[in-house]
This record gives sequence, structure tokens and C-alpha cells, in this order.
Amino acid sequence: MIRILTTAATEFRIALRNRWVAISVVLMVGFSLVLTLAGSAPTGGLGVDRLSVTVASLTSLSVYLVPLLALLMSFDAIAGEAERGTLPLLLTYPIRREEVLLGKLLAHLGILALAVVLGHGMAAAVSILAESGSVAGLPALWRLSWTSVLLGATFIGAGYALSSLSRRPSGAAGLAIGLWLGFVVLYDLGLLAVIVADNGGWFTTRAFPVALLANPADAFRLYNLSASAAASAASGIGGAAGAIPLWQSLLSILLWPLAALLAARAAFQRVTP
Amino acid sequence: MTSTLTISRLTKHFAGVDALTDVSLTVAPGECVALLGHNGAGKSTMMKIILGLIPATSGQVLVCGASPGSASARNQVAYLPENVAFHPALTGEEQLRHYLRLRGQDAKQALPLLARVGLGDAARRRIGTYSKGMRQRVGLAQALIGTPRLLVLDEPTSGLDPVSRREFYALLADLTKQGASILLSSHALTEVEARTDRIVILSKGRMVAEGTLGDLRRSADLPVMLHVTARNGYAPEIAKALPAAIQVGAALHLTCPQTEKLAVFGQIANLGDKVADLEVLPPSLEDIYSHFSTRAMQ
Repeated sequence: MIRILTTAATEFRIALRNRWVAISVVLMVGFSLVLTLAGSAPTGGLGVDRLSVTVASLTSLSVYLVPLLALLMSFDAIAGEAERGTLPLLLTYPIRREEVLLGKLLAHLGILALAVVLGHGMAAAVSILAESGSVAGLPALWRLSWTSVLLGATFIGAGYALSSLSRRPSGAAGLAIGLWLGFVVLYDLGLLAVIVADNGGWFTTRAFPVALLANPADAFRLYNLSASAAASAASGIGGAAGAIPLWQSLLSILLWPLAALLAARAAFQRVTP
Repeated sequence: MTSTLTISRLTKHFAGVDALTDVSLTVAPGECVALLGHNGAGKSTMMKIILGLIPATSGQVLVCGASPGSASARNQVAYLPENVAFHPALTGEEQLRHYLRLRGQDAKQALPLLARVGLGDAARRRIGTYSKGMRQRVGLAQALIGTPRLLVLDEPTSGLDPVSRREFYALLADLTKQGASILLSSHALTEVEARTDRIVILSKGRMVAEGTLGDLRRSADLPVMLHVTARNGYAPEIAKALPAAIQVGAALHLTCPQTEKLAVFGQIANLGDKVADLEVLPPSLEDIYSHFSTRAMQ
């Protein structure tokens, strides 16, 4: 346990000096504030409180930003050590490879959680100050926060796996960007294209819900939007959200971090320094 | 006493390359063994196998009675990699505290350890600002953590100036006195000289020589070089008396096998006043080393 903690403390210190802590917090807080302030306009017509509407916007923000921050922090984890030449020495120490990964995860996830909590906290503070009825949106915001951390864990694990596979930071960075584009941007576009072509056939009714659950980013969006009172205020995914039971998207959110970390472990075990 | 490190018939093949072939070696407690060889001779590969970083193709390795890379072996073995590196954003002290905790030791030892390798003043500066020699010292400090029974040091003196090198070997002598075994590698025999108990020469993955410096000197049996300086004008006369000599200006260069050394000295002494000076050049350490490492390649 002490080995995991000292690894986490050292990684956190490095992230602090490399400005990753500052970058993550500034991005999350900045975007959250912008969305909170800009999202205030449509509240009147929807009949929901201000914070609930903001949560819908923050969900869309988190889907893009949390995986990106997670990958940016994690892609260097193994490949960077290999390139600097610090990996062989580390692996002769009495620390298991799982402990190395868990230590790094603890630090990186901690930073991400800090950024999420500060960002969402700001959004809540601003909303409640402007309109006391916004307190009604707090449960949704809380749900968004912890699912964001789980989404981050998924992409941090994926980043470690890519980092172990590519062995070089430049290669790992490329793979990380590819993964982000694939899961967060192109996946939905692809689904949309198939649905349009399918025109209400087998894919739309049967395969589409499974395809949404199979992507951690989509499962995250589904869970938060279908659980939130602001589902109707959100994007077109709201319709699909209604068709998929809540427990299924929750299960996807819970299983993905485990799967990603197991993949990272398997990839790291195969690294020979 | 049982040996700290036992290697028997160790062989390692990489894709198409025989990195190590049939190497056997034991290192006893308190013994310091130098591993010599060119780049690519197999020194680092052998060390990585001993540390459990890469698996052997065949053969057996026992480290402190355990298999390489096992928890028990890792607890008792310290490693200093070639061109040791650390994260540039950490200070020497922070890095060492981390390593101390990984070995379950008190992190407060960081400063005394750094002072021991002469880095007390730089402990709170970031490693990114260190010179190569200073990084090497941090590497050495981390290898001293706990009381390792075996230290595996890959070219530990590269980047160190002659004074630091001397201090470094003094430190190693302290460790071996306490019963630690040391296996260190180097490019050159001149670097390890009389500071190691035993020398092992690897060439293309094979062990080509093993023994003390004296053993190697005797078994190499390299010729002695003699430089005879003639008094004005006597050079041709001396050349006639020593037919094997090559004349270089006023001097004559002559090589002879160890066994005939005394006879040649006698001949030169008989020339009396005609000789201004005589210089005897025994085979250098470099000569002995290249004798073993190049002979194996042919």
C-alpha cells in the first residue's frame, strides 16, 4: 500500500510541476463557468431550474473534455518512463507492475476529480446564487460528477494501455488522439450515418441501443440525460435515452473503467524494458 | 559460504542474435567482479537477466538463493543502469525519498545518502539541472538504499571525473567489507584496474577470460617493449648487436617475449657506454584486454 501511495504522491508532484493540475482545473472551471452563464437564457420556457439545464450542458462538455484530459495525462505514463530510461530501474525495485499502475491512476484520477469538483462546484455556486431554486439540480450535478470521474478512469486506463503498447511518447500521443476522436466524435457520427441509411430497420431498433452502451462516452451521456430532469432540454440522444433502461447505462459506466484498467495491466505486463 | 550470485550455462538469443552463449559465473559475498567487453558484448543483457528484467533462453541464474526478479531477489539486489535517468521535474531528495519508500525504508535517510555520494548541497535542486556526473551519483545513492546483498552496476564510472572515480571505488570497498557482492561492467580494463577482485571478459556473448589481473597478465603472455636510446653515433652499432630492433632516429625499438626478457637485458647491459637510456614498457592493461577480446573474434 505504501508503494502505491508513494508512487501516487510522486506522480502528483510531477503533474503539479508540469502544470497538468493547473491546465485541468483551468479548463474545467473555465468551460463550466461559460456554460453556466451562457446557458441561463432558455430556462424560462422549459419550466426546470437553472442548474438542471446547466447539468445538461455540462454533460456535453464532460463527454468531450474529461476523456481528453484523461488521455493527455496518461499517454506518457509508461512510454515516457521507457523513453527517459527510468523504467528499467523502477522495475528492479520491489514494486509490482499493478502497483505502479494503481499509483499513477490514483494521482491522475485525483487531479481529474479535483478539476471536475472545482468546475462543477463553480457551476453550482453561480446557479444557486442567481436563483435559489437551482438547489433542485444538485442531485443531477452530483451524479454527473461521479460518473465523470468514472469516465475519466476509463480513459486513463485506456491511455496507460496505449502508452504500454506504443513504448514511445510520440506514438502513444497519436494513438490517444485517435482513440479520443474515435470514441467521442466519430463513433456518434458513424451511428448517425447508419441510422439514416437504415431508415428505422433492424439496426435502429436492435443494434443501436447496444452500440450506444458499448461506448463509454455514450453510456455516460445516456445515463446522465435519462436520469436528469433536463433530458428533454438536451440533444437528440434524449429519445434514445428513454428506450434504454437506466441500469444498463449504469452498468456500462461501472464496467468500462475495470475493463480499461485490466487492458492496461495486460499491456504493461508485456513491456520488457 | 554460499555464493550471492550463481550463473550456470546462461544462454540468451534475441531474434537471430546470440547475445549470450553458455556463460557460467559465481560471485561470493564480499567479492567485487568486473565484467568487461565491447559494446554489444552482452554485459547489459547479462545484467538484465540477473535483475529479472528479461528472461533467459536457457541456463540457470540464482540471485541470493532466489530466481531473478522474484520479490525476494528484488529486495536484496540494487541496480545502477547505464546512463541512469530520473524525472527532471523532481529534486534529488524527492527522488530518493520515493525510492526509499519503495524499499520500505525511512524516507529521512535521503539527505544522508545524498551527502554520502557528495550531493548534499544539490539535494533540493531539480534533477533536470544536474550534470551527468551528478545524475550518476543520484543513481549510486539509490543503489546504496537498505543493505543490498548484491549490487549490479552497469558502467558506473562513466561520466565521473578521476577524483570522483576514486571516491566511488572507496565506497564500493566499504560495501564489500560489509559482505555485499558487486558485479560491475566497464568498457576498459584501465578503469577497473586493481580495484576489483576478479575480472571477466565477454566477447560476442562468450566468456573469453576470467581471473585476477595477475592471472590475465600471465595467461595473455604478451611481449615486453624495450626502447633503447643510443649515445651519439652509436645507433648503427647497437642495431648490429640487436638484430631484432627497429631503428627510429636515435632510438631502437625492440619487443621480446616475457621469457627472454632477462637475456635481452643482459645483451643491452653488455653494450655499456654506447647506451644512453633504456626504457621498459610492460604490456598495458589495454593491450591485455584487446588481446582477449579480439582473439575471441577471430
